[in-house]
Amino acid sequence: MKTIQFNKLYKQFNITSVILILVSLFLLLFKGLNYGVDFKGGTLIEIRTNQSNSKISLIRDSFNQMNLGDVSVKSFGNKTDYIVKFEKQNSNDPEFIENIKQKLSNSIGDVDFRRVENVGPKVSAELLRSGIIAIGLSLAAMLLYIWIRFEWQFSLGAILALFHDVILTLGIFSLFSLEINLSIVAAVLTIVGYSMNDTVVIFDRVRENLKKYADIKIFDLTNISINETLSRTIITSITTLLALLSIYLFGGEILKGFSLAMILGVIFGTYSSIYIANPILVLLKVSQRTIIKEEKD
Amino acid sequence: MLYFSKLRVISVLIFTLVISYFALSNFLKFDDDYFAKNIKLGLDLQGGSYLLLEIDNSPVIIQKLQNKLSSLKKFFKEKNIRSTNFKIIDDRKISFVVDETTSDEVLSLLNSKESEINPYFQRFKTHEFDVEETKVWSSSNITLQFSDYGLVLLKNSSLDQAIEIVRRRVDEVGTNEPNILKRGNDRILVELPGLDDPARIKTLLGKTANLTFRFVTQSTEESFGTEKLKFEDGSEEAIVSKRIILSGDNLVDAKPSMDTQSNQTVVNFTLDRVGSKKFGKATSNGVGKRLAIILDGTIISAPNVVEPIIGGSGQISGDFTFQSATDLALLLRSGALPAPLNIIEERTVGPDLGQDSIEAGIFSLIIGFVLVVLFMIYKYRIFGVIANLALISNLFLLLGILTLFEATLTLPGIAGIILTVGMAVDANVLIFERIKEEVKNEKNYIIAFDSGYTKSRTTILDANITTLIAAFILFFMGSGPIKGFSVTLGIGILTTLFSVYFIARLFTAFFVIKNKNKENLI
Repeated sequence: MKTIQFNKLYKQFNITSVILILVSLFLLLFKGLNYGVDFKGGTLIEIRTNQSNSKISLIRDSFNQMNLGDVSVKSFGNKTDYIVKFEKQNSNDPEFIENIKQKLSNSIGDVDFRRVENVGPKVSAELLRSGIIAIGLSLAAMLLYIWIRFEWQFSLGAILALFHDVILTLGIFSLFSLEINLSIVAAVLTIVGYSMNDTVVIFDRVRENLKKYADIKIFDLTNISINETLSRTIITSITTLLALLSIYLFGGEILKGFSLAMILGVIFGTYSSIYIANPILVLLKVSQRTIIKEEKD
Repeated sequence: MLYFSKLRVISVLIFTLVISYFALSNFLKFDDDYFAKNIKLGLDLQGGSYLLLEIDNSPVIIQKLQNKLSSLKKFFKEKNIRSTNFKIIDDRKISFVVDETTSDEVLSLLNSKESEINPYFQRFKTHEFDVEETKVWSSSNITLQFSDYGLVLLKNSSLDQAIEIVRRRVDEVGTNEPNILKRGNDRILVELPGLDDPARIKTLLGKTANLTFRFVTQSTEESFGTEKLKFEDGSEEAIVSKRIILSGDNLVDAKPSMDTQSNQTVVNFTLDRVGSKKFGKATSNGVGKRLAIILDGTIISAPNVVEPIIGGSGQISGDFTFQSATDLALLLRSGALPAPLNIIEERTVGPDLGQDSIEAGIFSLIIGFVLVVLFMIYKYRIFGVIANLALISNLFLLLGILTLFEATLTLPGIAGIILTVGMAVDANVLIFERIKEEVKNEKNYIIAFDSGYTKSRTTILDANITTLIAAFILFFMGSGPIKGFSVTLGIGILTTLFSVYFIARLFTAFFVIKNKNKENLI
């Protein structure tokens, strides 16, 4: 296979990445994330209506009359299905949901509540905290693992690549106001694992080549390593994306957000393994001595 | 790397077949009880309700403080120590005043390790109460509040009681295989598979069911020892005495029934021996008075006592429907909760949505699987077939292990299986790509394949361990459906490694040794 000069574009892509990260951070700070009931608290109801021609505005109107705080109504997959979310959650009134169902039936005819999620403010705060801790913990665990297996320069490169993937994925979710719920946290953690996996494969090859070629500069050495592992990188990305795409398209509405986050993460992860992790090694002037020293220790 | 002993081949084969048998037992009926295991479906797939309840312990704390206050008073009286001004501050502290001259003695009585009134827990090196002293003029103000461990002890005991009551109430309703678990020291998790309308259970769990019988007083104003309470329908109010004639603790049974005279639904109850005696005595003295039957601070009814009730059984009338009488009887039979429960999280999935999710999940699994299989054959031809054989056995192993451990399969769990399909081929891809490189320099296929396997090994391990770490963290931090995802993802990695190194390698070795003299093998 022809050798592709990935390293010629290190600078351009690094600048692009930095810009994208800054834009994402800007979005996260000023636009914020669209938290679902898991993290914000409140009530979510998945409704199936009898007629496929029931108007979304009609549903919205009847919910607005119930004094439930901020109500959002969205259609959900099928023409007959809707997701309704509102702030209020009432733990002390066992008839709360039943009453809503009654009122709704009165105004738009028979409805089926396919799913109800009701999360109190204390629980949602806890879920958010444990989600953030989980992501932080996984990043720390990866940092540690790579540190043990490689030198610190590699560890830093891998972790920066991970940050890049996580921040960009969340940035896109912020940009399009996509909902962040528990399954997105699971997706982000899996992205962390996948992106690491990709980076490790290239790093392993870099280390091997460092031992083999003493006189090749790290700038070219990373390029050789990327090329040698390139077909694997592409094939694995394709098979993973095939699997994720089939979840996204056929796995039902509930898994849409999860699979979308994963698809984005796999694309960013593949990119960052090449264009973030490797330039960091160049920047940190990794050479044969870096790993020889490691072996002496 | 390409050599396999016969023993190894056989054990790999047997292991794979046994595990696959478990996988198949989910779809086929086998005629044996021992291996009849099934994957459990999570609530999101089979439909059902998930409720997280939190105990509001503040009434229990106040109750315990009041008890402690009385015993402190008694204790100091017995010891002949003058103590005054007992009160409860902020619903969390007991405070009282003693003379400065006796304060040292009081403190030593409270803080000694042998203290009768403030027990010391050797294991946790703490008393039940923390004691503080502030000197004011010639007297000492002493405050007691629960120590951290004292509070934990209290919470644990009220949680244990509550969980027992919750279990009884849920069992009485008769849902199939409910799951009731402790969470922390003030929460109870209730999982109710197959229940798509939890309203009734929520109503039952939302009631403390504290039943008392108390006399209605003649006065029209609230005074010391009485309180004003509302009737259940909210129409009337009555002043009732605080003195409890009889409480729900003395009930041994309660049943709904039809009163033949009034043609109304009532609840019949039976009392234990102590209860019958108390009730008999009180009703004998109180003929002509109204006896209020009070549940959780509201009056159900307040009938006139016509004659003494001495048989140890009685009747609660009220504005009941048959359903509400049944529920009241159930609550009385199962006993009172030590403290109110709040539902702080509820997730309910209807059975048809669960079924839809299963269908969508399986359909996308099949599509994903077919796409990956076709892509591997396109890319690697015969070795693609070998990788696919590994992938198929991987799926069987994964399902089999999930069945063996009776793990819970959730919708995200199915996503984890599909993701495993996509990522599992990675290990074989790494190996095949490495072999391709080796073949360029090494004409002997057997040596080339051998070193391909050897050289890719650490990379494959590193790459899989990272994903395993992520799955591990998810398992410990995640809840419910997400936990299901981490389980399939994590086990998927282990079965992937097994299928690549034992199954795919076996086929590869077999094929290479047979065709070692052919050109362009890979």
